[in-house]
Amino acid sequence: MKHRADLPILDSANRRIINMLQGGFPVSESPYQETATRIGISEDELLWRLEVMKTDQVYSRFGPLYNAEALGGAVTLAAMKVPDDDFERVTELVNAHDEVSHNYRRSPTPLNMWFVVSTEDKNGINSVLSTIEQETGLKVYNMPKQKEYFLKLKLFV
Amino acid sequence: MNSNIAPSTVTKEDRKLLAVIQSGLPLVSHPYAEVGKRIGMSEDEVIERTLQLQQKGIIRRMGIIVHHRPLGYNANAMVVWNLPAKLVDSFGEQVSALEFVTLCYQRKPDEEMWPYNLYTMIHGKDRDSVMEKVDSLLALSPIKNIDHKVLFSSRRFKQHGARYFADNSKNGGPAPASLQSKPEPCR
Repeated sequence: MKHRADLPILDSANRRIINMLQGGFPVSESPYQETATRIGISEDELLWRLEVMKTDQVYSRFGPLYNAEALGGAVTLAAMKVPDDDFERVTELVNAHDEVSHNYRRSPTPLNMWFVVSTEDKNGINSVLSTIEQETGLKVYNMPKQKEYFLKLKLFV
Repeated sequence: MNSNIAPSTVTKEDRKLLAVIQSGLPLVSHPYAEVGKRIGMSEDEVIERTLQLQQKGIIRRMGIIVHHRPLGYNANAMVVWNLPAKLVDSFGEQVSALEFVTLCYQRKPDEEMWPYNLYTMIHGKDRDSVMEKVDSLLALSPIKNIDHKVLFSSRRFKQHGARYFADNSKNGGPAPASLQSKPEPCR
């Protein structure tokens, strides 16, 4: 498939594709054809645009979003208060854990490192967090989810 | 929301399917037939199982998972709120319905260190536009001068989708290193 550098990343067809496909994708024999028809382009063009946007890293993945808890897994948000001059070392230690999927430095707050931990079973979270405490010598604050409100996970473009 | 589903409702065959599609659907005319070929299932069975897994809430949705920055969303803030127990639910329901609130959770506060019990994620083109959105949330607050914090991300260190299954159908392995730990400045 040829990559056309002259195509703007977010022309109107791509915007329609992104907005529509964040809301769902048909589970049927010809889902790309169905989607393309609704957008008003051909199936080939849709597949080509999806390839290009993947290459350009407009999106990270095209597929299912799982509910970890429903699969028996667990997810939590944790935070640490990391001294500025120790940030690189702690970041390396935290990110070395495969269970850490997102890690953001945030300010302004005493808690300046925030990361998401996902494990395959419910007991895994505590063991990951206490390992991180031992490795870093810093306290990890666990902020487990108590309730989830309507999840859109969608950005309009 | 769907958190109370027993894991036992996911069969071994379901897991095989979930493992092979976790990294993405193939970009071909009949993607579910292609998925089926990889794990020895018919197209019909793949479609049927996928629909059931969606219905059970195990697959939240099929679709595209975007990177924020190429779409012009350069700023994100986690806004945390310290609400009285009685009010947290109604405020959570109200703000989660707004288009620009992408995630909304009630979380257990830390008694000594962190009293905040409602977490909202807000994305915007830049910090100013995020702050405007925060102002509109403040206007909805049931309490004047509510205790809240706007935590902008100054740097992103790691972002990859959580992986739940070892994918044995190919030499899958973890996501490419370039997506795992690329430190990236965030405004």
